[in-house]
Amino acid sequence: MFALDPLLLGDVTWGDFAVVAVKVGVSFVVLLVATMFMVWFERKVIAGMQNRIGPNKAGPFGLLQTLADGTKLFFKEDLLPEKADRFVFRLAPFLSFVPAFLSFCIIPVGGDFTDGNAGKVRLFGHTTLLQVADPPIGVLLGLALSSIAVYGIMLAGWSSGSKYPLLGSVRASAQMVSYEAALGLSVATIFLLAGTMSTNGIVLGQGGLRNWNIVATGVIPFVIFMLAATAELNRPPFDLVEAEQELVGGFNTEYSSIRFALFFLAEFMNTMTMSAIIVTLFLGGPQPISIGSWTADVHLGPFTGTFWFLAKVLVFLYIYIWFRATLPRLRYDQLMDLGWKLLIPVALAWFMALAGLKVAQNAGWGGGAQALGMVVGAAVILACFGLLRMATRVSARVRAEEGAMF
Amino acid sequence: MIEVIVFIAASLMVIGGALGVVLRSNPVHAALSLVLTLFGVAVHFVSMEAHFLAAVQVIVYAGAIVVLFLFVIMLLGVDKVEDLRTEPMMRQRYLGPLVGVGVLGLVGTAVIVARGRTIVQSVEGLDTVGHDANVKQLARSLFSDYVFAFELTSVLLVIAVVGTVLLARRPNKGLQAAREKAGVNA
Repeated sequence: MFALDPLLLGDVTWGDFAVVAVKVGVSFVVLLVATMFMVWFERKVIAGMQNRIGPNKAGPFGLLQTLADGTKLFFKEDLLPEKADRFVFRLAPFLSFVPAFLSFCIIPVGGDFTDGNAGKVRLFGHTTLLQVADPPIGVLLGLALSSIAVYGIMLAGWSSGSKYPLLGSVRASAQMVSYEAALGLSVATIFLLAGTMSTNGIVLGQGGLRNWNIVATGVIPFVIFMLAATAELNRPPFDLVEAEQELVGGFNTEYSSIRFALFFLAEFMNTMTMSAIIVTLFLGGPQPISIGSWTADVHLGPFTGTFWFLAKVLVFLYIYIWFRATLPRLRYDQLMDLGWKLLIPVALAWFMALAGLKVAQNAGWGGGAQALGMVVGAAVILACFGLLRMATRVSARVRAEEGAMF
Repeated sequence: MIEVIVFIAASLMVIGGALGVVLRSNPVHAALSLVLTLFGVAVHFVSMEAHFLAAVQVIVYAGAIVVLFLFVIMLLGVDKVEDLRTEPMMRQRYLGPLVGVGVLGLVGTAVIVARGRTIVQSVEGLDTVGHDANVKQLARSLFSDYVFAFELTSVLLVIAVVGTVLLARRPNKGLQAAREKAGVNA
């Protein structure tokens, strides 16, 4: 048995098999079409923010622009550089494209989480979860797949047999591996609160605005996750991977035609998946907005959850585009400093503080003892930060003495 | 039936990857073969319902350690085919087969000895013990019975990091001397 879904417990019939096949097919097609519209959305919003019109020729409001671009890309000549490592050069786009698809399968895109339904809905006489798979390791699968996606970029740069792509890919892999630590640490705070790693379980624990993890974990892990996710996606302001001014085009300089299209598609698909993961982890996924006893009611039958999910994801997609339109790109050393000297220590400290609080609550400490514990914890954390700051200052001074320019 | 198919496929991945690591002369291809092996092992873990181990296998080994290997290979630019005729360490040639046979002997003995004893006593499936039984059991034994071993391992890692920094960071004497000569105050 590979995953827990009420559909697949007990005997698996052809009907159950058909439901799974439909889920896979639908998520594949929807993800592709959504990527198409995401590209359009990004171009349109950016155009709006820059006082331009943006794509408006192909189809109504230029909606079919991406389709036209995609078709053009598919019919272009597929180049293979002479110095390229042929096998790896062909393999790399798939290493970045396939994880982008797979990581979407853990996201509950809808479902009824009220009245102890635990996300199950009845569709065509079958009870099932509205997610392709609910593996016990849940979010860790997403992390694992995003660490596979590093290979795509890294090998693409190396196998091109040219120096700018190589530099781009070395940068990219260092960046992605570094920020994965901060990403993992902020996800760990959620595991701590939810007591489970399954996405379904995490969403289930977030009924009501006060239980949304963004509030329950105290905002900081959310901010860290958001920043680390942006870096993990190589989106602006962390898009050093394809810093045109320095690296021509980055890791995908030598790619053309359909292979380039695969990278492009994977990038936008990852943006959507990451938004969906943020919504699932921190904003209650398909749970409706409810404060106290008041709930924002939308009645769409089994698709009520899907409505909320899409609404929340759209907000984050917009925020990512907004980032791109607003923030200038970081310098490489600034990027590494932010990741290693700020995000990872803060994420670690916050995680330890929450763990301490949880232990105190489980041990049944009184309010006074808990407050005292918090104060002691805060003091320890502050002392650690002081030490860290001293260490970075000293090392910066030593570097300056040795003649480094930064 | 499905178990057998999964087992055979995963084992082929493991063995093929291992052969690739040994036989490919391009270090990047060898490292990629290692990733294949690690994936095969992860599939084995999943088919034995050790989901957490599978995830950690992919995140830590495939996602971090081999990436680091590749990083070093790319940064040092040793992506040329090695000339196997010149051996930097001659003794290695003779010790290699010895170690190989030794390891094979050890593993073989372990398998033969354990054959009769690994009768499954009572294993509960994930559908009875719940989603997170894996993690909880692992955490319980790591942080209670084996907490000293666990902490010692982390200390070892810290020592390794500190040692590496110490070895890698030499004061840049040449530059300093040049600056003093030029009359720039450091």
